[in-house]
Order: sequence, then C-alpha cells, then structure tokens
Amino acid sequence: MERSFEKYFRQNRLPHMWCPGCGNGIVTKAVIMAIEKAGFSQDNTVIVSGIGCSSRASGYMDFDTLHTAHGRAIPFATGVKMANPDLNVIVLTGDGDCTAIGGNHFIHGCRRNVDLTVVLFNNNIYGMTGGQASPMTPTGKKATTAPYGAIDRPFDACKLAEAAGATYVARSTAFHVQHLADMIKGGLDSHGFSFIEAMCQCPTAFGRNNKMADPAKMMMALRDGVMMKAAWDKLPAEKQAERFPIGVLCQKEYIDYAKAYDTVIEKAGGRA
Amino acid sequence: MAEFTIKTARCKGCGICVAFCPKQVLEVDELGKVQVVNREACIVCGQCELRCPDYAIFVDKGGATA
Ligand SMILES: Cc1ncc(C[n+]2csc(CCOP(=O)(O)OP(=O)(O)O)c2C)c(N)n1
Ligand code: SF4
Ligand code: SF4
Repeated sequence: MERSFEKYFRQNRLPHMWCPGCGNGIVTKAVIMAIEKAGFSQDNTVIVSGIGCSSRASGYMDFDTLHTAHGRAIPFATGVKMANPDLNVIVLTGDGDCTAIGGNHFIHGCRRNVDLTVVLFNNNIYGMTGGQASPMTPTGKKATTAPYGAIDRPFDACKLAEAAGATYVARSTAFHVQHLADMIKGGLDSHGFSFIEAMCQCPTAFGRNNKMADPAKMMMALRDGVMMKAAWDKLPAEKQAERFPIGVLCQKEYIDYAKAYDTVIEKAGGRA
Repeated sequence: MAEFTIKTARCKGCGICVAFCPKQVLEVDELGKVQVVNREACIVCGQCELRCPDYAIFVDKGGATA
C-alpha cells in the first residue's frame, strides 16, 4: 500500500544522493511526518536549506523550496517569513552549516525569535566536503582535519539556542524516528524560533574515520548515547556527561519577530 | 501473512533493515538489494520500514486471502 507521505516527496528526484545508510534520509522523513501531522499544506510551507549533504534535503521535498548559500539558510528564511508571515517556514541545516559558517546567523535568529522551525542534522562532521571536523565534532573523534582526534570542545547547539533566546528547543536522533517527528511537530506548533537537533549517522565521512562504518551499529550507538530528559535529569552530574538528553529541553513564550515588527509598521503609519 | 512492497530502485543495501529486524526476515543479496528470505517469520513490527533511510521497504498485514 502506497504511504501517504510519498506525496510530499518529488518522486522524480528519488532515490536521493545520500550514501547507503546515511541518517539524512531518516531525518528528512521525520520532517515530512511532522509536516503531515501538523496539517501544513504544500502551498503554505517553505523549506529553506543551506549547503551540505543534509541541506540537499530541500531538493527532495515537494514544497516551495530554497537551496541557499552555505550558512545562510536562516537569513533567507527570515526574509521569507518577514515578507509573508502567514507562511510556515522550515530551515534544514547541518552542524557545519549552522554552527560554523552560519553560527552568527543562528544565534541572531534565536535572539530575534524569528518564527522559524530549524532542524539541525547533526552528523558531527562536514560530510559533503569529505570529513573535516565541525564545531560539533566530539573531542577526541577523528576527522580529516583532526587525524589524531579533535582537541576542540564541541558546541552544544541546544544550549546555544536556548542561551541566545530560542523559545522552543528539542533534541532527538535518527534512531528515535517517531520521537524525532514529534519533537519537530512541537516546533512547527510553536510560535517563535524553534530549534530541533537531530543527531544522525554519517557512515562515510564520520564513521569510516572513527572505526564505525556500519550504519546500523552507528544507529545503535545513537540509541545508547542518549536518554529521555526526565530520566537524564535524575542522573548524577558525572553520569549526565556520558549521554545527551533528548526531548523538549526548553519551551517559553516571547513575542516573535514578525509580531514585534508589526508595532514598527503601526508606528510608521500602518500598512499601505 | 506479511505483505512486502520493495522499491528496488531506491534500496542501497545499507543493511539497516536487516540489522533491526527481530526475526531475521531480510537479507541483502549479492547485487546489494534487500530480499525477503523468511516471510513466514515476519511479525509486521514495521522496524524495517521505520528505519530505512531510503523509503525502499514497506510492510503491511496481508488480508484474509494472504
Ligand atoms: C562559502 C562556502 N564555503 C565553503 C563551502 C564548502 N562546503 C560545502 S558543504 C560544507 C560543509 C557542510 O557540513 P555540514 O553543514 O555539517 O553538512 P553535511 O554535509 O555534514 O550534511 C562546506 C565547508 C561552500 N560551499 N561555501
Ligand atoms: S558523506 Fe555522510 S552525510 Fe554525506 S551523504 Fe554520505 S553518509 Fe550522508
Ligand atoms: S534499510 Fe532500506 S536501503 Fe537499506 S538495505 Fe534495507 S531496504 Fe535497502
């Protein structure tokens, strides 16, 4: 039986270009599941992505899509949202795209609380360009630019988003497909800057460099490397450091950027 | 009995469905494509479909005639 989500894919673009076992396909499906559950139409939803393997996702999705410049998906999406606040605007980005070259756009998008849903495909590496370390490569893990293991501390993008002012922050993984879709749906339902980190496997650029090229084993490692937030909260600090909490990490109310800008429009004499 | 729909052109033989199937129903063949080798054992848990990164495998409960 044909699945209902198939209509949200550009059928003539599948199979996608990702490597065998790449987690990007799973995260993309979770985004589509969330959109379907939220009841968004293909005509009022815009998908914006940057550059990277993960950012290729927009090309497979049958919505109005924008494949933009490296690190710049959030500014493009901000423009779309401000021009027409009635649209649902979703950003798909990678750990390099969002936290390296796009790091400033990311924190300022959070600070302004632009009503976007940003899904970060975190595979801990620059996949597309062959495995350079990203700001989210864990300390000690190998990359082509860190052949002896990274000495840098990684960003916790969820904490970064929360500290910068995002009003919905959640994390899940490519192993927890349905939970991931629920976390994304929570972002779609929230007004303001919603950020969801989707931890996922890159067997080619990350796995092969780190003695874990088997994608199924990488998914099992994702499963074992996290814990539901309610249980994680009860762990002693030294145990907390061994796993990432998943679930909704932050949720608060604050006026979104388009609504705030309405006050400027009002003061300046109203809409033409 | 379980009914499989396999979109062979999409399958990349990554083995994720094989590894997560609790009943050893699936295998990747020498051409790198998924094969149903033990359909009788399938409990239609949907793990393969849920985890396939390529939307290549779908499993449904068969009707009364299956
Ligand atoms: C301005 C600019 N600088 C550098 C590049 C090269 N480049 C392409 S993708 C990429 C990194 C992508 O990494 P990430 O965002 O983690 O995505 P992934 O490929 O891992 O999904 C880089 C540095 C570029 N395309 N444009
Ligand atoms: S290089 Fe990594 S991120 Fe890119 S398609 Fe291959 S597995 Fe996926
Ligand atoms: S998980 Fe999907 S792509 Fe991978 S072997 Fe199974 S059917 Fe093929």
